[in-house]
Amino acid sequence: MDSIIERINQGKFWHFHGGIHPPEQKAITSAKPIKQLALPKQLILPLQQHIGRQGDLLVKVGDKVLKGQALTQSANPMAVPVHAPTSGTITAIKKSVIAHPSGLSELCLFIDVDGEDTWKKREICQDFSKLNNQEIIKKIAEAGIAGMGGAGFPTHIKVNTKPGIDFLIINAAECEPYITADDLLMREQSEAIVDGIKILDQLLTPTFILIGIEDNKPQAIKALQQATKHNAKIKVCVLPTKYPTGGEKQLIKILTGKEVNSGTLPINSGIVVQNVATCFAISDAVINDIPLIRRVVTLTGNALSKPQNFWVLLGTQVSYLLYQAGFVSEVSEKKSTPNSAQPPVIMGGPLMGFSILNEQVPIIKTSNCILAPSKVEMPSAFDHNSNEVECIRCGQCADVCPSQLLPQELQWSAKAKDHQQLAQLNLFDCIDCGACAYVCPSQIPLVQYYRVAKAEIRQQQQLDIKAEKAKARFEARKFRLEQEKIARQVKHEKAAAARKATMNKKSADGGTASSAVAAALARVKAKKAAKNKNTEFPVIGSEKQNDNDQAEISPVKAAIARAKAKRLARETNAESSVTTKKEVIQKQSVTNDSTQNNIIDDKKARIAIAIAKAKAKKVQANKSSTEKSEFSTEIKQEKTGEKVQNTTTAAEEKKARIAAAVAKAKLKRIDKAQQASTTNSKEST
Amino acid sequence: MTDYALLLIGTVLVNNFVLVQFLGLCPFMGVSSRTETAIGMSFATTFVMTLASLLSYLVTTYILVPLDLEYLTTMSFILVIAVVVQFTEMVVHKTSNSLYRLLGIFLPLITTNCAVLGVALLNLRLQHNFFESIIYGFGAAVGFSLVLIMFSAMREKLANADVPTPFKGAAIAMITAGLMSLAFMGFAGLVKI
Amino acid sequence: MNILIAILVLGAIAALFGALLGYASIRFHVDGDPIVEQLDALLPQTQCGQCGYPGCKPYAEAVANGEAINKCAPGGEDTIKKIADLLGVDVQPVDENHEQDDSSQSNRPKVAFIIEEDCIGCTKCIQACPVDAILGAAKQMHTIIIDECTGCDLCVAPCPVDCIEMRPTPETIQNWQWDLNKIAVKQID
Repeated sequence: MDSIIERINQGKFWHFHGGIHPPEQKAITSAKPIKQLALPKQLILPLQQHIGRQGDLLVKVGDKVLKGQALTQSANPMAVPVHAPTSGTITAIKKSVIAHPSGLSELCLFIDVDGEDTWKKREICQDFSKLNNQEIIKKIAEAGIAGMGGAGFPTHIKVNTKPGIDFLIINAAECEPYITADDLLMREQSEAIVDGIKILDQLLTPTFILIGIEDNKPQAIKALQQATKHNAKIKVCVLPTKYPTGGEKQLIKILTGKEVNSGTLPINSGIVVQNVATCFAISDAVINDIPLIRRVVTLTGNALSKPQNFWVLLGTQVSYLLYQAGFVSEVSEKKSTPNSAQPPVIMGGPLMGFSILNEQVPIIKTSNCILAPSKVEMPSAFDHNSNEVECIRCGQCADVCPSQLLPQELQWSAKAKDHQQLAQLNLFDCIDCGACAYVCPSQIPLVQYYRVAKAEIRQQQQLDIKAEKAKARFEARKFRLEQEKIARQVKHEKAAAARKATMNKKSADGGTASSAVAAALARVKAKKAAKNKNTEFPVIGSEKQNDNDQAEISPVKAAIARAKAKRLARETNAESSVTTKKEVIQKQSVTNDSTQNNIIDDKKARIAIAIAKAKAKKVQANKSSTEKSEFSTEIKQEKTGEKVQNTTTAAEEKKARIAAAVAKAKLKRIDKAQQASTTNSKEST
Repeated sequence: MTDYALLLIGTVLVNNFVLVQFLGLCPFMGVSSRTETAIGMSFATTFVMTLASLLSYLVTTYILVPLDLEYLTTMSFILVIAVVVQFTEMVVHKTSNSLYRLLGIFLPLITTNCAVLGVALLNLRLQHNFFESIIYGFGAAVGFSLVLIMFSAMREKLANADVPTPFKGAAIAMITAGLMSLAFMGFAGLVKI
Repeated sequence: MNILIAILVLGAIAALFGALLGYASIRFHVDGDPIVEQLDALLPQTQCGQCGYPGCKPYAEAVANGEAINKCAPGGEDTIKKIADLLGVDVQPVDENHEQDDSSQSNRPKVAFIIEEDCIGCTKCIQACPVDAILGAAKQMHTIIIDECTGCDLCVAPCPVDCIEMRPTPETIQNWQWDLNKIAVKQID
């Protein structure tokens, strides 16, 4: 540790592997101060401008908002609120194209600026040293501060760590060509930046604070040294200019000699890195109660007539900025063809930026530069044909990679979609800096291949997780269905056993339910036997067959037959009420007799029936409709309704036949209707 | 001692069984598409070759020659080799099921590997003694393994490379093998046995 | 006489070796085959049945027993390649018998969607879903849990009022993928 400090004091810094020295092109904008812009007419604020989740809306369409008013909030720590950059009215909350290489749209707030620029009520904090850590973090969180160096990680999470930080490193490197936003900010607002650093010092209590700045910014270095004159803890470290010194891991390596292991974060090594612009925003938030509503953006490139840095309100559209910077479109008259499309406008720097296709894209917390190159300056940006040729295996890419990877091998495996090999080659340690693509003599767009490969691997991981979940759900469902089946079986068995038990239980009249059922069955058998004997009682065979065939639909028939029987009984009753009563009583005695035995004796039943017949014959001697009565008793005995026997007299037969036909027709109609509905549904699916 | 060392180097490099004597080409082309299978195969073949050359020497010296049964050489050698391969198969199946699956049919095909029978017969022809036979067998296997693994690494790279369509697959593999063979012939004259 | 000796000698050697092998086969006996688990881990677990087997595990078992490896439609080329690597067989193209997905503009994965105005609450789709991704009860509104839906299509057919359709999932920043075809890159074949 001491050796590290010694070296730092002596200015003998370490080196990181690789790196390139592209032309700086910072002179285009570095001479002019940051310009304040007039208020634009409309602001488009994406609800999510950071890594994490978007917050919940606090406002709705039509609301008037004040400058600095919070527009979203959330209890979720990964949510960072957005604030109104100026006063105005919310005119819409809808999807709009955002600053992302995909060109997709996300939910944005549309604010019509009223021009008054009225502030919300603010409370200036006179002395932040009196605040405790929780209060500071709360202020940072509520001010909506995310990392402004480009990544956009919520700052309040990054600085909310347990004590034991060795190094707080302030990233003032700004290594990418063209960009001078941080440079100008340091020159003009060094005091505020140092205030921010002091707040962080109070929060994190690091052992050492280092500001890493490249040596191509002499004025900024002087300003910072001036501002930290009286603060011995903060050291301004001047580093040799090289791209990408500003990369987090590279900066840590240069300043402390420590390497952050693959897959771990700097916080695990006791190091926290923050960008200077973020420090400025922190000081504004904690001291002046100003939330993050503006940032410095560099408008640069030879296609602009007035390139310089601007203080830009978040949500300002790129078209407004380009206009302010004097953007001269070189192809304004030509129709856009595939080869000479719109003049390129790049959000970000030349190495890590992406093309914006729609100039309505708004500036967000992480936008630090808009680059509008001229054709002479950057011909490749205008040429939409690819000049890629085969890899000549020169190895220059491996020489310049700051993460010490093997871009040649990565490209090989990325093209072959060999995910295993890519993982072995540490694809995810690639910081997308673009140094390899910069030096490639075959002009292979290496970073694009890596991005595609990374996205594919991430998606495959997501699919694997989803497959695991689906498998678990499937297994659970299978298990549940089996359990239900088993439960149903057990229930059935239980019910069957219970039924058996009740059947075998002795009832009040000395018989059991099962014996009663058995008696009934025996009666049916006996009747069948009796019927077979008595051939004078023909039954309409077809009727019977139909009965047997349509056993399922017999309930209807049975009901009809029962009604018929009732009618018959009523008729015969008038004639032979006495006999029927006798028959009934006899029947009762018969049933009583039969129920006394568990197993019905056929003979006994036959005897009983014979007795009944004899009695009936007696009646027949008097009446002509003894068969009717006999049948009526039989019908009365027949309570199961399985068989229906019709009368033998022609009239009754005819009636019965008619009734049966009516019943059959009804049932057929029901059948047809069912079939029709099923075929209909089959056709429709 | 130097004799044995020279014999080993000679067998591994100068008279490499695959690239110079052109024996054992079947598994060389068949298993070399992936390095993992190649390594597994080379272990299996080393085991088989060494053991087979040892056992065939014993069978020749103590059974065939005393009983005047030299005409049974081929049959008994094949018997020995088949048994050793079966044994190896069982061991591989037990120790590494995935390797067993990866090697698939090529594991029992070691029986028909002409390099194995070749080693046994060449030991006979060159009238090696006991130790020489073992070293010769082991050297042959090491040479085979060396070339197999190198070739598999090259083939893995070739699989992802930009090969013209008529040459893709077996064609470019054969060409590469031929070039390797040319390279190995450069060892000629390295060792004079 | 010589021949007899020869036969005897060969027979003796063979018998000796046979005994050795017999002992070895018992000593090195292998039971079980974990290949089915490994195969199952490669399959996408949509349990859709398009391969002809009732679920991914049965298909894994079938493949372990020699079934063709190109039957999994949701798995696609990637899964076939992985299975081929694991088993050491050749990669085969996806089975043409599968109904090809209509090559619409988006290749986005599809999830089911119930048109709630038409739903009659019959629970037929709930019974069809292999991963229980449909929420509902008899005579109650049914709805698809999008996060759990694997897009297997099994619920569309049983619906008696035909109120389920498959919709592509929307592209958001989270699942957007860099596409080499959208930037000027020459693909070297």
